Amino acid sequence: MSVNKFIITIEDNAEVFTCPPGRNVLKAMEQLGRKGIPVGCRGGGCGVCRVQVLDQGGYRTGKMSREQVPVEDEEKGICLACKLFPEGDLHLKVLGKWRKQFLTGTV
Amino acid sequence: MSFAGVMRPGHAAIRVLDMEESLTYYTERLGLMKTDEDDQGRVYLKAWDELDCFSIVLREAPSPGIDYTGYKTCSRADRDELVGKLEDYGLEIEWIPEDELKGCGERARFQTPSGHLFELYAEKKQVGDGLGRLNPNPWPEGLKGMQVYRFDHVLLYGPKIIETTKIFTDVLGFDLTERVLSPEGEMNVSFVSCSNKAHDLAFVEYPEPNKLHHVSFMLMTWEEVLRAADIMSMHGISIDIGPTRHGITRGRTIYFFDPSGNRNEVFCGDYTWYPDREPITWTADELGKAIFYHDRKLNENFLSVVT
Ligand code: FES
Ligand SMILES: [Fe+2]
Repeated sequence: MSVNKFIITIEDNAEVFTCPPGRNVLKAMEQLGRKGIPVGCRGGGCGVCRVQVLDQGGYRTGKMSREQVPVEDEEKGICLACKLFPEGDLHLKVLGKWRKQFLTGTV
Repeated sequence: MSFAGVMRPGHAAIRVLDMEESLTYYTERLGLMKTDEDDQGRVYLKAWDELDCFSIVLREAPSPGIDYTGYKTCSRADRDELVGKLEDYGLEIEWIPEDELKGCGERARFQTPSGHLFELYAEKKQVGDGLGRLNPNPWPEGLKGMQVYRFDHVLLYGPKIIETTKIFTDVLGFDLTERVLSPEGEMNVSFVSCSNKAHDLAFVEYPEPNKLHHVSFMLMTWEEVLRAADIMSMHGISIDIGPTRHGITRGRTIYFFDPSGNRNEVFCGDYTWYPDREPITWTADELGKAIFYHDRKLNENFLSVVT
């Protein structure tokens, strides 16, 4: 393992993958063919990839939809994985999920 | 057909998280042209084959999504007649003064039960396509990116789409062209046309009001749709699904996201709508095929990711 990659651990299903500096966590996960965090718009808009950083070696975030991450949430370490740039190893809890799609009803 | 009443989708006002990044995307990648900006920081864009001075307005905001969609009427008299009908129907009209959007005439704004804002307007300054109306060339040189021809339609998510669709069909004179019925037999997806396109607007039933599913731009050929997909991969643009075929409208399409997570579509080739046609109906058990004709299964992402 190269020293300049961060280790991302997803608490819920014990998925572990690496993320190089400057890459967002969702993209790192997708590029390695991993799953665990739902993927939506990849642009910080839809909120499908919401995660909470549980314990951390530091991170920064890009611009995220306020509707999806209100200030109170952001203070609790909640963010969107597609806008989450690790600066150290991170433990994440997945909060986002597919919204119930009810178009199909009972079919 | 002879046009009267509502002529076409004229503008969509889109919220973006970062103006600079979005502007690069909408101009260099989609191929829109910046025509103006205003003192509120809004940026005005048009596609090359549109003559009016803008069809997309971008506004930097804390959350992405759509502010409103504007439809141009054939004349001021048509607009006023339709506004009268909307008022008789019980809808409240807010008048937005001329030039509140630069170059646009007075707009009559109303809200649908789905939570979306719509506007009717009759006038917008024309800046042309650079080709002129006398012995023109077929296309201008120097176009960028996907080279979209025009803003075509929006698909919106919200509650009460039966009531909402009624406003367009019963009051504004749109035709219902296609619909999806739920297992209980209720319409939960509607496509409506104010022209002879297969759709000028579409709605999907959804519990949260005022949601944007996608803003769509027209291309002419399947090859151009494929080339648009190439441009997406060249520039790391987030692709949702496609290139593929819709059952509904028969469109050949690709869905992708702008840098703020607003879904966009480029598509080509639906069919010609005439008002003597019956609307097409899709049933819930064939919904997969109705949406993506080749996959033939429901795509959770496509059905639930909105801004
Ligand atoms: S995938 Fe949409 S906000 Fe991250
Ligand atoms: Fe569409």
